[in-house]
Amino acid sequence: MKLSSSLKRRLLLGGLAVSLIGLFFFVMLRAGPLAPIKVTVAQVKEGSFAPELFGVGTVEGRRNWMIGPTVAGRVLSVKVDVGDKVKAGQLLAEMDPVDIDQRLASLDAAIERAKSAQLAAAAQQADAVAKRELAASNMRRNQDLADKSFISSGALENFAQAKASADAALDSARANATGATQDLARAKADRAALVQQRANVRLVAPSDGVVSARDAEPGSTVVAGQSVLRVIDPASLWVKLRVDQGRSGGLSQGLKARIVLRSQPQIAQAATVARVELLGDSVTEERIAQLSFDKMPVGLSVGEMAEATIQLPPTSKTLIVPAASIQRQGGITGVWRMESGKPAFAPVKVGAASLDGQVQVLDGLQAGDEIVVYSQKPLTTGARLQVVDAIVKPAGSSGTAP
Amino acid sequence: MISLAGRDILHSWPKFVLTGMGLGLLIGVTLSMAGVYRGMVDDAEALLTNSGADLWVVQKDTQGPYAESSSLKDDAVHGIEGMPGVGLAANVTYLNMQVQRGGDEARAMVVGIEPGKPGSPAHLVAGRPLTRSHYEAVADVKTGFALGDRIRIRRHEYDVVGLTQRMVSSGGDPMVFIPLKDAQEAQFLKDNDAIVNDRARTAANPAFNRPGVPGLLDAAIASQTSSHSVNAVLVQVREGFSPEQVAEPIRRWKHLEAYDRAGMADILVAKLIATSAKQIGMFLVILAIVSAAIVAFIIYTMTMGKIREIAVLKLIGTSNAIIASMILQQAMGLGLIGFFVGKLAATLWAPVFPKYVLLLQSDALRGLAVVMLICALASTLAIRIAIKVDPAEAIGG
Repeated sequence: MKLSSSLKRRLLLGGLAVSLIGLFFFVMLRAGPLAPIKVTVAQVKEGSFAPELFGVGTVEGRRNWMIGPTVAGRVLSVKVDVGDKVKAGQLLAEMDPVDIDQRLASLDAAIERAKSAQLAAAAQQADAVAKRELAASNMRRNQDLADKSFISSGALENFAQAKASADAALDSARANATGATQDLARAKADRAALVQQRANVRLVAPSDGVVSARDAEPGSTVVAGQSVLRVIDPASLWVKLRVDQGRSGGLSQGLKARIVLRSQPQIAQAATVARVELLGDSVTEERIAQLSFDKMPVGLSVGEMAEATIQLPPTSKTLIVPAASIQRQGGITGVWRMESGKPAFAPVKVGAASLDGQVQVLDGLQAGDEIVVYSQKPLTTGARLQVVDAIVKPAGSSGTAP
Repeated sequence: MISLAGRDILHSWPKFVLTGMGLGLLIGVTLSMAGVYRGMVDDAEALLTNSGADLWVVQKDTQGPYAESSSLKDDAVHGIEGMPGVGLAANVTYLNMQVQRGGDEARAMVVGIEPGKPGSPAHLVAGRPLTRSHYEAVADVKTGFALGDRIRIRRHEYDVVGLTQRMVSSGGDPMVFIPLKDAQEAQFLKDNDAIVNDRARTAANPAFNRPGVPGLLDAAIASQTSSHSVNAVLVQVREGFSPEQVAEPIRRWKHLEAYDRAGMADILVAKLIATSAKQIGMFLVILAIVSAAIVAFIIYTMTMGKIREIAVLKLIGTSNAIIASMILQQAMGLGLIGFFVGKLAATLWAPVFPKYVLLLQSDALRGLAVVMLICALASTLAIRIAIKVDPAEAIGG
């Protein structure tokens, strides 16, 4: 009885020691630095995807006008306010004409005066014509008499001189009349010019639109070129998009796009690339493109931020791997390929990438190859691996598929 | 020959095993403390390894970007790319901040990266790398974010598209990677009230708001809101060049500071975490001394508890050597149990720590040696008492 209890105790202790050591080694190999690296693997498969470009931009007006005077002056009145809809030709604001009206009155008087002068010149001309006719008939009569030698040639010369003088007086009167007409034309032209200037101080809408800014109030002085009002054509609103240069390959006019406005993050608006600007921004290293909405959204505001995704044509059928599997080792791009349960680095040549994390592999892999996608730690050739379904448990259903 | 130590342990095994386990937990704490220290150093090393750089180019006369603030223009990278021996160069920004996670906050280091270049996370544990140039984030699992979550950083919300592991700052804060342009904006963009105030201030300044010069104010305001600074440029050197070979012309001709891996590790380990590492080290030393003292006391009291049995042994003519070896064997056994339990406990509870705890095999082996040595030393105290015991005590008392 005593022996068996001692034996039992021995066995118990021995078992305890063995299980402690066993547990120790099990934990060492599972949890410590000696544990295998957990990885997930995927098979390389063939397929194609539609690459996309992503950029952010702001809503801008394609057509907007800064309306202001062409010469410096004081604002007399501003008829419209921000947000007002205006029609083409509508009077929006008026500059102070200062003395233009008075100068018009003065020119009106000058025109009347010129008209009087014209009448006087016409009368003088008529008088000269009459005198000339009298001199001509006298000349004719006395010429007959002189031919028949009734009067002396000296007397005839008197009449010839009188006719020549009457001719000259008529020419002078005619010239005077022409001068008076020209004076009138000049005065009229001066007035017309002043009328133009008078019209120029009236600031009218160049096109239908909406007033977007009211920069000056009546009484304030503005210089030439400074705006009093700004008008924008709301039908011409588009998105000025900035796309990172490094990812802008394939950007061209006519591509379809989806725009998400910051105020309406749930709705994707259909749009088209309307223009790709030749000039990029060298400071921010971005290319600039304009996207026009297929259907103008309601409640669009200028300056609002927008995100846009532009769809490129689908790629040809090639091998596809998840972007997370692409690694760089000493400047070489490649993937960790499973070779009989051990990882080996395989250099690959990659092609286009999609926004949802797929990458074309052009060279270096075969369809059906198993490659490491996620790993707990950096891998080394021949490292001990434990292949699992997922390293991190997905939280709910919100996970993004690689 | 029968094992005296074994018989004695069999006699009172629950006491022996429990003592061993208690001692084990103490050793576990000591090992964990060493692990905490190693973890701090490893955090710094992980930061350097994960950035994937051979050279850190920072503002002249600073020890940035981790230990000091450093700011350089983001077009400096192009000049550096053209220097001899430079393979890849990438801008990077670092910003320590609290990021919003649902209702609460998480401490994180927000890193602005150029995807696919040095500085971006090398391996993920879920999701995908950044593919859009704005408003996407790759977060470390330690931040508590999951795929599909939205992180709010300053003005914008970022979709978490990928997860990493062990991507930490030198302080052990988990990293959140976002595209460089967003990070520049997050780092240097002021809040809306400050921007409006600044505009008003500029408008009130007659130098910028001159009558007769329309557009000057707009230009002055526009120049205030742009930000083109980064904290560092990470450089990978070409094969065949040494980092120092590449760093020297950058220092000389680009008027920037360049650190190689060793220099950066020195800044991080020797300067940045020096004080806290010493703090942990001091505590570790005290813990080791306390552990040694407790082991010594345990073995001493264990021996004192069976002083009468030892006297009996002496009375029946057992040699001193046999008695000494019994005590030594028991002490060593206790130490061994303690070590295994301790190492087990430390390994099991290490992942629960909020910061990284790195248990090195070499530390464990060193710990084993120290434990055995302390046990041996402690047993000599008990052996001395045992040898001095008068056999008469067995019958007297």
